[in-house]
Amino acid sequence: MSDTLKAVVMPKWGLAMSEGMLAKWHIAEGAEIKSGQEICDIETSKIANAMESSVTGRVLRRVAQEGTTLPVGALIAVVGEGTTTSGDVDAFINRFEQEFATAAKESSAEEAGSQTIDVGGRKINYLKLGDAAGVPIILVHGFGADLNTWMFNQPQLAQTHTVYAFDLPGHGQSDKLVAEGTVAEFAKATAGFMDALQVARAHLVGQSLGGAIVLQLAAGHPEKVASLTLISSAGLGPDINMPYVEAFIGATGRRDLKPELEKLFADPQLVSRDMINDVLKYKRMDGVDKVLRTIAAGAFAGGKQSAVLREQLAAAKAPVQVIFGAQDQIIPAKHAEGLGGNVKVRIIPQASHMPHMEAAGEVNRLIAELAKP
Amino acid sequence: MARKLSFRNAVNEALALEMERDSRVIVMGEDVSGGTGSPGETDAWGGPFGVTKGLSKRFPDQVLDTPISESGFIGAAVGAAASGLRPVAELMFVDFMGVCFDQIFNQAAKFRYMFGGKATTPVVIRCMIGGGYRAAAQHSQILYSVFTHIPGLKCAVPSSPYEAKGLLIQAIREDDPVMFFEHKMLYDVEEEVPEGAYTIPFGEANLLREGKDVTIVALGRMVMLAMQAADALAKDKITCDVIDPRTTSPLDVDTILDSVENTGRLVVVDESHPRCSMATDIAALVAQEAFDALKAPIQMVTAPHTPVPFSPALEDLYLPSADKISAAVRKIRQKAAA
Repeated sequence: MSDTLKAVVMPKWGLAMSEGMLAKWHIAEGAEIKSGQEICDIETSKIANAMESSVTGRVLRRVAQEGTTLPVGALIAVVGEGTTTSGDVDAFINRFEQEFATAAKESSAEEAGSQTIDVGGRKINYLKLGDAAGVPIILVHGFGADLNTWMFNQPQLAQTHTVYAFDLPGHGQSDKLVAEGTVAEFAKATAGFMDALQVARAHLVGQSLGGAIVLQLAAGHPEKVASLTLISSAGLGPDINMPYVEAFIGATGRRDLKPELEKLFADPQLVSRDMINDVLKYKRMDGVDKVLRTIAAGAFAGGKQSAVLREQLAAAKAPVQVIFGAQDQIIPAKHAEGLGGNVKVRIIPQASHMPHMEAAGEVNRLIAELAKP
Repeated sequence: MARKLSFRNAVNEALALEMERDSRVIVMGEDVSGGTGSPGETDAWGGPFGVTKGLSKRFPDQVLDTPISESGFIGAAVGAAASGLRPVAELMFVDFMGVCFDQIFNQAAKFRYMFGGKATTPVVIRCMIGGGYRAAAQHSQILYSVFTHIPGLKCAVPSSPYEAKGLLIQAIREDDPVMFFEHKMLYDVEEEVPEGAYTIPFGEANLLREGKDVTIVALGRMVMLAMQAADALAKDKITCDVIDPRTTSPLDVDTILDSVENTGRLVVVDESHPRCSMATDIAALVAQEAFDALKAPIQMVTAPHTPVPFSPALEDLYLPSADKISAAVRKIRQKAAA
């Protein structure tokens, strides 16, 4: 019986998420849904996003009501085949809830947390999720961000791959030490991170500055790279929204920072109070202001991207895909034009600079497809 | 990651990081090292609540025990600040400030102004505030509004361990005298605190929660209670902005006004007595600057105008509570709906 019934549960988006609110159902009971279909909106204190089903079948029961807040892992719907009786569904729900209550008691202490590793004398903070064999995926964030930017991607990708996300030097909880702040320096640090973890080869995914970093790494160490996914990537042209970079660096309070962060999203409502506070917490740390200014001078000298790596991209041996938001306000989506026939390009209409958050489901599918074992 | 630290240890870590960074930073006060200079044990106390414990061993030249003479050592700290050091003086209980008002009000607060901007006085005076510890009328007062009244002083009222560490490091790096008010009932509260140094700018309020119906402004330990009240109210679909001004001087006026312009209702929570307090100050500000946005009278949740009682039963009744805050919110919510 339970073989035919499948649980849809509250997702975990990011390390800090412990509960979420089911804001709105997109599907009715009795509807047939497919894996990947958006079934409901979930709100957390950090962000709101559509949740995609991980299963295919008929929605037999919407367990969670709109407006209710539930812990991560709690049952929100039951999916199965039309022949199941409602008694079977009740029994499934009862059993699930009992097991969930027991599991919640036992597992609260052993959450997957981030770890640190020494890379060339710098402490690097990273999070490993998943333990599939095969070539792992490494996620590289952008300027002023941290590994939490992958909160909608890493848990999904970890179902089929081992996935590492890490804080670049000067970012998140890694040491606030940056020498020149160039793409080359970060590419070297990323290669060093792979060496320290004894990862010989990986599918590299980079967003914004992270895209230029993995592209530079691929040019220097093609043997380390199984595939490249460049999201809203730097390194594909000279343009960069320098007023944004400067305002981001200069902002000391939420009133200055909020309008800047809103440029990252096509829907500015996605910028929550918690997201602003997290960025402020980072920016208040000793050394961060200097790090950001060093990178701005090293990677975006004179308001232009210093490293344009289109030739390296054309020469890349590994499969490459480029993903942009059509409404990107930081790096123009036109940088994805004319990259050559081998590069798969996807422009997402309803996204700005953060398609991996704004259209997480689609971006996850594109990454997983390219990284298919 | 996810290292949790108590409020007490967050203050201790801030002092250690700044003494390490800058040898001009010194810590002085009664029993801050404890027993040094006497035949007793060194590092016995770390102050009356153990906040400075361990610092005298790590920084023997920067942690100084003082005689029990507040007028003497606060004066010494102010003078040391005016002549090149960056002292952090601990005055135990804010209730004892009366004996050194001249040193603070007439000296520290006035130097920059009276010497035509040529003198700076980078002194921090830490003290404990607040009721709930069964410490009676002379060891339980709030009094930050007294210092907020004086131009030339900056006043910080941290509400959590993260806030305490960032605000204290900022206080030590300020070139003006800073009064730093630590609520004694917060010392054992724990939360995640980053390991390295960071600063929280003065005059930048913290918006802890966003809502549509009512703005709650709270200070120090009251912030925690305001959050509990907001949680309870949310269950009844009443949502609140919760604002912690962090510093009463300078005060982040804009965040408070922006919020009241959205919600139209204000509850100010202040553990002080009700007259001439931060509650009246913020209420007056909003009445003057955002009157047209108000949909209901401003509510103040404060202690009564009496000394803090020693009787535990009376002290519990005396202090603001999450229930009293919820009741104040419901009162103006209903008024507007009617």
